[in-house]
Amino acid sequence: MMKPGTLILHVAARFLVPLQLVFSIFLLLRGHNEPGGGFIAGLVASGAFALYLFTFGAAVTRDLMRVDPRNLIGIGLLIAMISALPAWFHGQAFLTSQWWPILLPGGTEIKLSTPLFFDIGVYVTVLGSVMTMLVALTETEER
Amino acid sequence: MQLAVLLIFILAACVPWLYGKHKDRTSKLLALLPAGLTLWFAQFIPDIASGNTIVHEHAWIPGLDISFTMMLDGLSLMFALLICFIGTFILIYAGNYLKGHPSLPRFLVILMSFMGSMLGLVLSDNLITLFVFWELTSITSYLLIGFNHHQADVRKAALQGLIVTVAGGLALLAGLVMLASAAGSYSLQEIFNSNQVLTEHPLYVGMLICLLLGAFTKSAQFPFHFWLPNAMAAPTPVSAYLHSATMVKAGIYLMARLQPELGGTALWMALLTSFGAFTMFTGAFLAIRSTDLKKLLAYSTVMALGTLTLLLGIGTELAMMAFAAYLVGHSLYKGALFMLAGIVDHETGTRDVTQLGGLRYLMPITAICTLVAAFSLAGLPPLFGFVAKELMLDALVQSSLSKWILLLVIASAALGVAVAAIIAIKPFFGTLQNTPKKAHEAPLELLAGPVVLTTLSLLMGLMPGLAGQWFVLPAAASVWAQPIDGYLSLWHGFNWALLISLISLGLGILVFKRWDSVRSILSLLNPLIQRGPEAGYFRFMDGIVYIAQWQTSLLQNGSMRSYLRSIILTFVLLTGYTLTQRYQLHWNWDVSVYLHEIIVALLLITAAVTACITHSRLGAVAAMGVVGYSIALFFTLFSAPDLAITQILVETLTVILLVLVLFRLPGFGNISTTAERGRDAAVAILTGTLITLLIMITIDIQLFPPISDYMIENSQPLAYGRNIVNVILVDYRALDTLGEIFVLALAAMGVYAMIKFRPDTAPGANQYAGTLILPPKNLSASSTEDTQPSTLSKQSLSSSTKLSKNKQEGN
Repeated sequence: MMKPGTLILHVAARFLVPLQLVFSIFLLLRGHNEPGGGFIAGLVASGAFALYLFTFGAAVTRDLMRVDPRNLIGIGLLIAMISALPAWFHGQAFLTSQWWPILLPGGTEIKLSTPLFFDIGVYVTVLGSVMTMLVALTETEER
Repeated sequence: MQLAVLLIFILAACVPWLYGKHKDRTSKLLALLPAGLTLWFAQFIPDIASGNTIVHEHAWIPGLDISFTMMLDGLSLMFALLICFIGTFILIYAGNYLKGHPSLPRFLVILMSFMGSMLGLVLSDNLITLFVFWELTSITSYLLIGFNHHQADVRKAALQGLIVTVAGGLALLAGLVMLASAAGSYSLQEIFNSNQVLTEHPLYVGMLICLLLGAFTKSAQFPFHFWLPNAMAAPTPVSAYLHSATMVKAGIYLMARLQPELGGTALWMALLTSFGAFTMFTGAFLAIRSTDLKKLLAYSTVMALGTLTLLLGIGTELAMMAFAAYLVGHSLYKGALFMLAGIVDHETGTRDVTQLGGLRYLMPITAICTLVAAFSLAGLPPLFGFVAKELMLDALVQSSLSKWILLLVIASAALGVAVAAIIAIKPFFGTLQNTPKKAHEAPLELLAGPVVLTTLSLLMGLMPGLAGQWFVLPAAASVWAQPIDGYLSLWHGFNWALLISLISLGLGILVFKRWDSVRSILSLLNPLIQRGPEAGYFRFMDGIVYIAQWQTSLLQNGSMRSYLRSIILTFVLLTGYTLTQRYQLHWNWDVSVYLHEIIVALLLITAAVTACITHSRLGAVAAMGVVGYSIALFFTLFSAPDLAITQILVETLTVILLVLVLFRLPGFGNISTTAERGRDAAVAILTGTLITLLIMITIDIQLFPPISDYMIENSQPLAYGRNIVNVILVDYRALDTLGEIFVLALAAMGVYAMIKFRPDTAPGANQYAGTLILPPKNLSASSTEDTQPSTLSKQSLSSSTKLSKNKQEGN
């Protein structure tokens, strides 16, 4: 029922999708201190791919994503689970956060931490879940 | 000791890999571990024999008083040695018995896991840990009985064993919790060492009955004995290991373990002696009716388990000695006999004793081993079975039991002798009969176990003093909870026990001579036996299925609206009741409200009402969107940007989903009657009222200082984050988030499965799969209550199914 989008949509999608994806990663990374975080960022990224999906169809979107959205779910859960493990090496409770601040030359400090990895896991899981549903629905439509 | 248990599980996990490399040698390699563990446990023998207890502590969940502490005393050492020692030969045996079977690795994995669970069970000091291993043995037993799962009757037998033992396990858990709360500790050590008299505790009767239910079901005591003979559907190594030597003795182990604390009361004695004696007789009686070698052995195992329970019930020092000796003796000869029965089955192709005969020249070693083991079963000198039986009879004669029980014992002993004679003589003597397979002697791997076990029976019978001092008496002392002053000997002199032995021997031989006529007389009783406890089990299972069908059709009728209604009404009733009972409502109106807040609220209300009464789907969707965005506006007004962003994104994605399914939805119409709409409206209003009240109360009543203050204060110093919502999500409450993303993943998988695996897309799929999705008449017309993706996809599915059907009809 859905025809490939109009020219305006095509052009807009080409430019908007990368922007949205970058914005989602921005939201993900700043989430610990400013509004944002893995869940929101995952939804934004899903929105980006959804736009692409509407414009170009399921097959092209799958190509763009490279990874099957179903696999993304598993990868996301795995990342979240792995982030829970480092605490065990310190004899602390499951999921206790660990921080490894890295001081770059020039005074910038990068704070690597398990909550960050956990958030990335959430991000990937949300993206995978939403896209699994959307792609599956779209493929039903296209048939 | 923890390592010993864990090693078995680790090795079990390596089996598929090992099998890939070593094929048929795998089981022999695996057997090295229990063999090594046998030696390792054997080094503790002198220490344990001198009355010590070895405890290896390890905390597991200290907050719940659950530890992985292991305790080794006489009783657990005896069990541990039996498990590892017999397990070694079972593994070797199984490797040959199931040689070339495509599922051999799976079998070995489960068998090893069982070995680990059983070892954990007898070594656990903590009651909860013990229970965990207990249930693990039930589950592995289920998997092993059902090994040939392509046969329906095998699956049925496996399920029966599982349901009976797990139902008992449930009672056991209750019993253990009662025991722990009465004794004040989950640790067996601490329970033993405390001075509390548990037998006078008000919970005593309850806990005893629950614990005994667990033990009786596991150890196949009457009226739960029926699952054990059916479990013979398992491959023979399993029958030899689980269903005679080890697992079925778990219940016996538990009773023996708790005997010092719970035993000795009139109730304990009455229950154990009566059930034990009756089980013993039932086993012997049912055994004599059977012609299948394994069934014969299974029923005689039931008889032995009854005897052990009876001895525990008597509870004298002599009875404890008899208990330990009988247990060891039985494990040795019964394990051997099962393996020998398996050999006969394997080599001839039949287990029916009436079709076997004259095998002694073809299978000489098997014949000799069977003869020796059966001698032990019959309790003939100079085998260890004789020592055990004399002690058992001695303990019975010297106890104050009623003469009826003694009569049952004599009858059972006589039948036991007959069973032994049938097993030893029928297949091997007389004229050679034609068998499905050409019989010849079994290979070494199959014979190793029986030969070693029967030799051990013989050696221990010849040197009962030595076996007793190092092995049997320490176990008896653990059960008796005091050092035992006694020794085992082959010859007890002329006494009542010997007389009873002789009488039963004579009677047994008589029964054996007239076995055919005895069987035909007993077959008259068949109608009665068919109405036995097993019939009760089937009626119980039918009842469960009936109730399940009834409640499924009541609760899970496939209508989204009825699901929502029952969930919401339950919530309203329970919460509402608590609310009205516990809290007084104070109207607290001094909240300052700004004009713009009132405007947004009015917008929200108008949109919600519009969504309910509109006559266009697009209108309803738009109205719901307005509701969602208004809520997001509220979040923004009350400075919760994260929530606002999330709300807006979810609303947007909902619109996207709707666009995808919009054209597939059935035409908009009023499906429900006015009365139904009125009822739904009432439910909705009730819920709204309750939620409003709840919010007002949370503002009004503060039972505890709100946790948000703590989070605000510590978010920066502890979690290095200024966004508290995010800190809560990924740090404070990360475990909750982890659970939630798993739920999200599952929901996505569910949606995917519903979309992709439909009857018209998946060939051969269940034709009813489509009906799991809402039937059209229950479709909520306006779909105002929920715009969740899953609902939408459900609706789209049912309608698309319908569409495709129409298409087919059109063609």
